[in-house]
Amino acid sequence: MSSKKIEMAPLANEGLPLEERALFCDVPPREYEPARGVIEDFYNWARSQSLWILGFGTGCGAIELRPLMTSRFDMYRFGIQPRATPRQSSVFVIGGYASVKTLKRIVRSYEQMMGPKFVVALGSCTINGGMYWDSYNTIKRIDQYIPVDTYITGCMPRPEALLAGFQELKKIIRAGRAEGQNLYARNFEWYKENQKKVIKDWNMPDYNW
Amino acid sequence: MIADIFVRIGYAAISLFILTNYGLLLIGSMARISAKVQGRVGQPVWQPYIDIIKSIAKRNSIGHGVMFYLGPVFRLAGGIGTYMFIPAVFGSVLFRNFSDSGDLLLVMYFIFFGQLGMALGASEGGHPYSALGVSRGLAQMTAFEVPFALSVIAVVIQYGTLDITAIVAAQQGGFLNWTLFTNPLAVLAAMIAFLGMSGHNPFSVVLAPQEIPIGPPTEYHSNLLGMLQTNRAVFNGAKLVLYMNLFFGGATNIVIMVIKTFLIYFINIFVGQAFPRFRTDQSIRFFLGVPTVVGIISVIIAVL
Repeated sequence: MSSKKIEMAPLANEGLPLEERALFCDVPPREYEPARGVIEDFYNWARSQSLWILGFGTGCGAIELRPLMTSRFDMYRFGIQPRATPRQSSVFVIGGYASVKTLKRIVRSYEQMMGPKFVVALGSCTINGGMYWDSYNTIKRIDQYIPVDTYITGCMPRPEALLAGFQELKKIIRAGRAEGQNLYARNFEWYKENQKKVIKDWNMPDYNW
Repeated sequence: MIADIFVRIGYAAISLFILTNYGLLLIGSMARISAKVQGRVGQPVWQPYIDIIKSIAKRNSIGHGVMFYLGPVFRLAGGIGTYMFIPAVFGSVLFRNFSDSGDLLLVMYFIFFGQLGMALGASEGGHPYSALGVSRGLAQMTAFEVPFALSVIAVVIQYGTLDITAIVAAQQGGFLNWTLFTNPLAVLAAMIAFLGMSGHNPFSVVLAPQEIPIGPPTEYHSNLLGMLQTNRAVFNGAKLVLYMNLFFGGATNIVIMVIKTFLIYFINIFVGQAFPRFRTDQSIRFFLGVPTVVGIISVIIAVL
């Protein structure tokens, strides 16, 4: 990712008070080998047909997720359904602009999801900041903080665009190219540094899964 | 003797396998029917299979101690245990399971065993929503247990036995011999309790799928969630077979079993699509009201 050498303090949940450190994991994430050949293809097919969205609206774009549940758009027919807990969901939809305050929650929720996990970034704000490009408390590019699989452009994208984006995500998953979890583990220090650069009051664990 | 036991275990395994697949297809088709009622296409019938494969295909998982892992194990043991002591098809060697080794009391124990085990395991997850779901689930379970137990008592008094096979045998020879017609009040109380047991819409606040608290399984994921999803199919099937045996004359072949259990389960959808959800306190008041009175009357009638 970044060419220059990154100097970092060892991550040991140092943002937390001493008595709370033992409550959280202190092992960095590791990469997971995909299964072999046909088995992985079969798994990928199942993953693509059963996309559970983390029902967590992280910005104004989340309002476009709600119509998907209604009879008019009916995302259930594509095997997509919302899930209330990060432990069970496999898709994280970043709903538009992410303020620094929200980014903390995004990072924590993303790390709590079980892999393979996929990220769909929704709206122009996640790509280049959109209309918040010069805002002091909004991040510009979400893929510097967590790996993203698909972008859906627009401000706002219509629910149809979202469904099209999910079809695109399915293609990526079936092709075995949705390895965001491994990418995150491989470049963990780079991601952590980027996150800590913008999140000044880092009072959460470094490894939470 | 030993060979005999192994043959029975083999038959029971086949029977369990068939019931699991039937339960999964039943959940899928009911979701599809609900979707049609709401005017949408709905998920494919085989979606529960894909969800389970997806859960198993997850690459990592985390634990919260021994009890956390035992929760789904207890739940699955409760589901399989319930089914193992019920004859699925009356007079069939393949589907009799181990029904001659246990009676109605054991089956009732197994129905509630899984929930209690799950309560212990889910609380271990440490998530506040798990504890919330567990407390809601146990409160509602305690409430619907009252009309269910009363109607089972009425049935037991009526037939003078706790043996499920004997209860089915007593209902053979025409549909007028079914408990549905010989003791309609007991069936009414039991069917209302069944709505609570299945956790469909008026009483769905325990699981509250897709909302902020997802109920007891909040912290469960990967393989453990796959186990819970499988158990849902097994447990649903087992409860349906139990109800069919106790109240609807049992089944003499697998086709009748499928038709009857499908129709019994359909009552859930019928009620669930027509009525909104109760809060936990409302559902407790509901179960301890009219259904309990109906259950008491059915016991009195059975005694007289």
